[in-house]
Amino acid sequence: MRKILEIPVDEIRPEEDAVLETQGIPSGQELTEDVKALLNRATDLYLGLSTPRAIISDISIPEFADIYHGEGKNEKDTPLDAIFRKTDSLALFAVTIGERVTKKIDRLFQANDFALGSMLDSVASAGTDKAAGRVESRYFDLLSEKGEITPSKGVLRFSPGYCGWHMSGQKKLFEFLRPEEIEVTLLESYLMKPLKSISGVLVAGDKEIFVFDDSYPFCSVCKSRSCQERIKALFGESRPNRKKGVV
Amino acid sequence: MEILKEISESIQQGDGEKVSELTRQAVEQKIPPKRILDESLIGGMNTIGERYKAHEIFLPQVLLAAKAMYAGMDVLRPLFLKEGMPAVGKVVIGTVQGDLHDIGKNLVGIMLKGAGFEVIDLGNDVPPEKFVEAATKEDATVIGMSALLTTTMPVMKRTLELLKEKGLTGKIRTIIGGAPVSEEFAQQIGADGYGYDSTNAVECVKRLVLMQTQ
Repeated sequence: MRKILEIPVDEIRPEEDAVLETQGIPSGQELTEDVKALLNRATDLYLGLSTPRAIISDISIPEFADIYHGEGKNEKDTPLDAIFRKTDSLALFAVTIGERVTKKIDRLFQANDFALGSMLDSVASAGTDKAAGRVESRYFDLLSEKGEITPSKGVLRFSPGYCGWHMSGQKKLFEFLRPEEIEVTLLESYLMKPLKSISGVLVAGDKEIFVFDDSYPFCSVCKSRSCQERIKALFGESRPNRKKGVV
Repeated sequence: MEILKEISESIQQGDGEKVSELTRQAVEQKIPPKRILDESLIGGMNTIGERYKAHEIFLPQVLLAAKAMYAGMDVLRPLFLKEGMPAVGKVVIGTVQGDLHDIGKNLVGIMLKGAGFEVIDLGNDVPPEKFVEAATKEDATVIGMSALLTTTMPVMKRTLELLKEKGLTGKIRTIIGGAPVSEEFAQQIGADGYGYDSTNAVECVKRLVLMQTQ
């Protein structure tokens, strides 16, 4: 299966907390009127300028093993290395909200409208992440339609540059996925254009295969740590308490 | 003087129109432009910086204040045409080659200008040669490099090596920053400083400039 997904903009409105966190505003902090106004303006601009699209393409475990190996620069021991071999289905994906938001951010900074530019950047980053979350859901739905997944299972995404998967993994990922079809391209530095894009692999399988602790050596320098929240979301309230490598 | 205090307060409130109007009035009152710049504009931003460090305000309010400060600077700039805007130091900044993320670098630039520095912003995707060439040509005290990708961090090292090759190590100071960058990495490659956020970067640049003038 190779499919282009059009994502309605109203599905990728980011959570307020996710935006404010990147502005350094802690959750629960009461917002002043000027910050509220900025957030509303930035959200309106984001919803008006985003053109979210995604592409997914099925891939077999052996094919993905080659892509995951990439340029041979991954960390020695990674969670994904253990997970993808136990999966039911795999698909590569790329999702973007398009170039217009980034251009608007540049223009705002050039016009000294720093606060709005910075807020729009935060909204767009959180929104792109939300779009990637929508791709996960849509992949689950597509597998459900074909009877290849049951509600007790789950889908989780992983991206080069995180969890020990080296950024250079983008090269082989792009060669296989060819996301140029949705106008996402790769620079020599493995950076994607448009900037507000996410690529990676969608992994479908028993929820238990996804459970790992953030105690790998590279976790100590990770500033995101979103893996545990995403695993938790997969299980809802019923996440098993488990240590790395122990069921 | 009351008007200087008012300008500073208007900056802290992020009221650019009022800053612009009051700065014009201060000029008409024959208050020396350098004094308006130091006491009101930079002074207002210094207070904002302190309040930000104390977590009394957050990034959006800092940036609203910066925009208001720039409105005041626009009024003063023509008055410094001959000798140029007075600056506490000159800093060349850019996002390194291969990287197009420039929000973090822009924030540092805004904060540096707010602290009275002259900033030469080379933009993004900047190769080592361009950093060194610009710093030499502009007689800058500090080069500030930003990277958001682990794959582009080696460009920082190459820039330091180029400075060394040209005998400029110690003459031009360096500071690095960006999400994947750390204090350890800065030490490892021999950078003079590491800024973990924009306000910290400004403090670090101030220290580096002081080192150069002593």
